[in-house]
Amino acid sequence: MKTIKILSLLTLVVVISAFTINKSNLTTGYSVGDVAEDFSLMNVDGNMVSLSDYKDAKGFIVTFTCNTCPYAVGYEDRIIALNNKYASKGYPVIAIMPNNTDVKPGDDLAAMKQRALDKGFTFPYLIDKEQKVYPKYGATKTPHIFVIQKTKKGNVVKYIGAIDDNYKDANAVKVKYTENAVDALLAGKEVPVKETRAIGCSIKK
Amino acid sequence: MRTIILLISVVVLISCNSSQKKQEEQVKKEPVKVENKLDLEVYDFNGFEKFLNKKDGKIYVINFWATWCAPCVKELPYFEKLKELYKDKGVEILLVSLDFPNQYDSKLKPFIIDKKITSKVIALDDVDMNTWIPKVNENWSGALPATIIYKNDESKFFEQSFTYEILENEVKQFLK
Repeated sequence: MKTIKILSLLTLVVVISAFTINKSNLTTGYSVGDVAEDFSLMNVDGNMVSLSDYKDAKGFIVTFTCNTCPYAVGYEDRIIALNNKYASKGYPVIAIMPNNTDVKPGDDLAAMKQRALDKGFTFPYLIDKEQKVYPKYGATKTPHIFVIQKTKKGNVVKYIGAIDDNYKDANAVKVKYTENAVDALLAGKEVPVKETRAIGCSIKK
Repeated sequence: MRTIILLISVVVLISCNSSQKKQEEQVKKEPVKVENKLDLEVYDFNGFEKFLNKKDGKIYVINFWATWCAPCVKELPYFEKLKELYKDKGVEILLVSLDFPNQYDSKLKPFIIDKKITSKVIALDDVDMNTWIPKVNENWSGALPATIIYKNDESKFFEQSFTYEILENEVKQFLK
């Protein structure tokens, strides 16, 4: 009887752990602390851009964004402001457009070029044409921010999530999550809030 | 630099104001707009949370969507069909709009009327998304569309788009 009990208990443990493993497999992409792979993607100016091109950078604010998502558009000015504030401090914005442009023609390279021109983007606006980069990061939506720090280990993900806590009104923001993360890294401190959630447009496959 | 930002914000403010005025003028010209007849319940998350915690034995299908979200709009007819075919089996549909509040009158309400949506539509307006998204489901990154199906304490969450067949099949699991 005891053996049966122990056996069933063991089975239960195995089953539960199997589920747990499954669950973590579902959330693909980088977690905070992971080393991010470099990429080579086409910029709106036609040049290919990699993180390794930025010899003097201390890190990056990798931003998945696009032309067609109202949340992403709502944050454009704040993305420009992030680059203006942090590029000179060693954390430039690298914007990546992850959508399938067959599904969203408004996000194709020509439209991206136009948008970058109209808004005066001061950072590269890259197209993930083969849609191989965003799944590695685990980006699910636009906008979706990954703050990365250059270390001896490689490019380590330090923050994943939103820019701040008020999509509606930049003036009513209480917590600037992304700025706080970069400020902490610049000061050699631990990032205070490492992950946040926000509503966004699902990346079109 | 500061001056430039100041200048830009002044320009933005002015342009916002003028467009607002335009809207107001339009409303004044056509005071009996149909969409204004539609009552929309708007909740912050505290007010909305009760819809996630009903324990009356019914199956609740709660879909988070917005008129600007193309895959959401595409799958809305499947929720409508589900409502029609399963209304006698204790299945309730709730469509939770995350449209921008300044577009409730100009976009959301006309959309509900034009598409003849018969499921209950409410609006969730709560900017503190990092607080409420994990309360809806720990695994939700915040991408739309997203759907919860629940019955009493049993619940399943989907950060994905549905076909009608997949949606129906998931609901059937709760009917067993």
